Amino acid sequence: MASLKEMRSRIGSVKATQKITKAMQMVAAAKLKRAQDQAVAARPYATKMAAVIANLSAGVSGDDAPKLLAGTGSDQRHLIVVASADKGLAGGFSSNIIRAARKRIDSLIASGKDVRVIAVGRKSRDQLTRLYGKAVVKTFELSEHKTIGLPSAQPIAELIAEEFEEGRADVVTLFYSQFKSVISQVPTAKQLIPTVVDGGAEPIDLKGAVYEYEPSEEEILETLLPRAITTQILAALYENQAGFFGAQMSAMDSATRNAGDLISALTLQYNRSRQAQITKELIEIISGAEAL
Amino acid sequence: MAGKLNFSLVSPEREVFAGLVDQVDAPGVEGDFGVLPEHAPFMTALREGPVTVFTGTARRVFTVKGGFADVNAEGLTILAEEASEVAAA
Repeated sequence: MASLKEMRSRIGSVKATQKITKAMQMVAAAKLKRAQDQAVAARPYATKMAAVIANLSAGVSGDDAPKLLAGTGSDQRHLIVVASADKGLAGGFSSNIIRAARKRIDSLIASGKDVRVIAVGRKSRDQLTRLYGKAVVKTFELSEHKTIGLPSAQPIAELIAEEFEEGRADVVTLFYSQFKSVISQVPTAKQLIPTVVDGGAEPIDLKGAVYEYEPSEEEILETLLPRAITTQILAALYENQAGFFGAQMSAMDSATRNAGDLISALTLQYNRSRQAQITKELIEIISGAEAL
Repeated sequence: MAGKLNFSLVSPEREVFAGLVDQVDAPGVEGDFGVLPEHAPFMTALREGPVTVFTGTARRVFTVKGGFADVNAEGLTILAEEASEVAAA
């Protein structure tokens, strides 16, 4: 049985831990709000971009179609982009994304495809370089930029475009975590190249009129598609960010609650042994007095 | 008087402007152009330059850098890589 003094310091340390987790939870909650707003604010651009591409690609087909849209006609070389968080203490947030990506990578390797990996975020970098070593082309850290924005997405998109143009990738897939709600983040795979035309985005009814293009349709598509990739990456980074804070918030919330449970269990035990000691001392005094 | 033009200017980070306006002037790669309500469907790439929005007598100017303008029956949408409002002169 631990001495009373030991128990007191144990309770003290758990209380201190609880204060930290509580503070982290509140910080995550505040940051979550901002990240969520950002993710929502970025949505109109992504939606409009998808609509424009759906419109355009309906008109362009066959051999004229840019490679980014039509693909290279092969699916031998895969490039997998895995976006995770930089930091931990968010439950299984990053591990879930990485697990989903590993499943895909392993099944691709098993079916004899060439797989190369780009790791975004410190967590995926650490795990993926350990697992796949040479297959990892490049890693990015999100903390290079103070806040997530276009500057964080652009270099990733540029690298992807370069890999694709140099013929080192046929299919590019992005793994990230979709932000469903504060307590639910779903690891998601999104194909970046060849561009998936969103069937849900309805072509706008032109009432018989014909679109005029300046410059030509193909040229517009060719500049638009790389931007669409950047946009998708940015949107994924925003979702990840919001999801990360959501996951961190709930992880810290349960840590705070666990600490609370532990404190009350320890306090009860402490009081019991204190009481027992007092009782023991009283008995000793009384029996001492009776013996006189 | 014809109806109003439904105009939205969005950048990857946020929606910069959205609303009903009378006229929008924008810098296309092949020349500046103005869009009035009920413009024919039209799509162009943009170069760096000012986008001017006219609403009644009011006028707001935004600078955009790279992007696209899409005019269709629903209105005008500008997807800009970067967009910010220029303080009224």
